[in-house]
Amino acid sequence: MTRPATRPDVVMCPGGPMLLRGDHVVVDDDGVSHATTRPVSAVCRCGKSASKPWCDGTHKVLPPKLRP
Amino acid sequence: MTSLPKPRGRLSDAVLLALRELPEQPVERIDAEPESDDDAAITLWTLHELHYRGFDEVDDRAEWEPELLRVRRRLEERLEAALRERWPGVPDGLDLQRDFFDWVADHDGPSIARHVHTAATRDQVLDLLRVRSVYHLKEADPTTWVVPRLPVGPKAALVELQFDEYGVGDPARLHAVLFAQGMEASGLRADYAAYVDEAPAEILEQNNALSMFGLQRRLRASALGHLAAFEATSSMPSRRMAQGLDRLGFPAEMAAYYTEHVEADAVHEQTALRDICVALVAEEPVLEADVWFGAWACLDLEDRTARRLLSGWGVAA
Ligand code: FES
Repeated sequence: MTRPATRPDVVMCPGGPMLLRGDHVVVDDDGVSHATTRPVSAVCRCGKSASKPWCDGTHKVLPPKLRP
Repeated sequence: MTSLPKPRGRLSDAVLLALRELPEQPVERIDAEPESDDDAAITLWTLHELHYRGFDEVDDRAEWEPELLRVRRRLEERLEAALRERWPGVPDGLDLQRDFFDWVADHDGPSIARHVHTAATRDQVLDLLRVRSVYHLKEADPTTWVVPRLPVGPKAALVELQFDEYGVGDPARLHAVLFAQGMEASGLRADYAAYVDEAPAEILEQNNALSMFGLQRRLRASALGHLAAFEATSSMPSRRMAQGLDRLGFPAEMAAYYTEHVEADAVHEQTALRDICVALVAEEPVLEADVWFGAWACLDLEDRTARRLLSGWGVAA
């Protein structure tokens, strides 16, 4: 069997969030700290999420040129 | 404790009777045709349940009873044939990784969440929660069947996603448990399949398609396409559901189930597409059509459910 590719810890999704694997503390625009709570977390990169710093899928309704 | 559902026609009558009489009476040949979509759907739902939790009054050996498997196969063929007949086929010129989310977004079906958000009455939402509970109380289970059927990359990614669905090992955070807590707080029964007799054929078909995709190895890629579409249509509707529940004064536990899905599914939609579906197709390109088929089936079956429930409430879909 071939050796599986190494799994990334940080993934930039085209037009969408940044995925973070594992436990992290993310500091938002206002300096407030948010600890991750799940195996993989999605950090908003479009700035339009209502659950910042986490992605809530809002990027999908933005016109393509406003997506990250 | 799960009890058998009520029959909805000749075929379900025959199958339910056979289930009750096992093991004393061997199952006789059952050739009755389903009388209606309701009859077919409740029969197939019951036969699938033998593979999940079974029923109090049914011998566990019924799961592998050849005549019942023959009926199950006949009904799965009927369901799959109906889906394939409606399916427009693999969309032309689209790249799975690049275009999937836009393809989902362009699908403009009727939305139950939008109605709940702004206009639904409390009774309509109670109706909805009761029939949705048929799936939400076993949320994620049908997709777990697929795990041993995958190459290592998609397998590890699917387990990572399911681990989150199953509460990261904490039973109190399991999504099905969050839903059960919301049901109880809302004054509804939270026991498994308590409201299956109220579920219209469209709701049962959603459940049956998921179970069929999960149980048949041949359809493994459709199970994963379904998962990707399901996750990709969850975050924003879940937000609307939570706000609608707040508007109607439902307890916080019920809204919490939906709020959890806003963020969870914004992650899952990414990993379900990229790490599971795209990774699987990279290894087994012939499976791409099945991924699209499963994704389309998810959207189609939800449209049918939405039309059925909204029209039952007298709302234009
Ligand atoms: S990146 Fe998803 S909401 Fe901003």
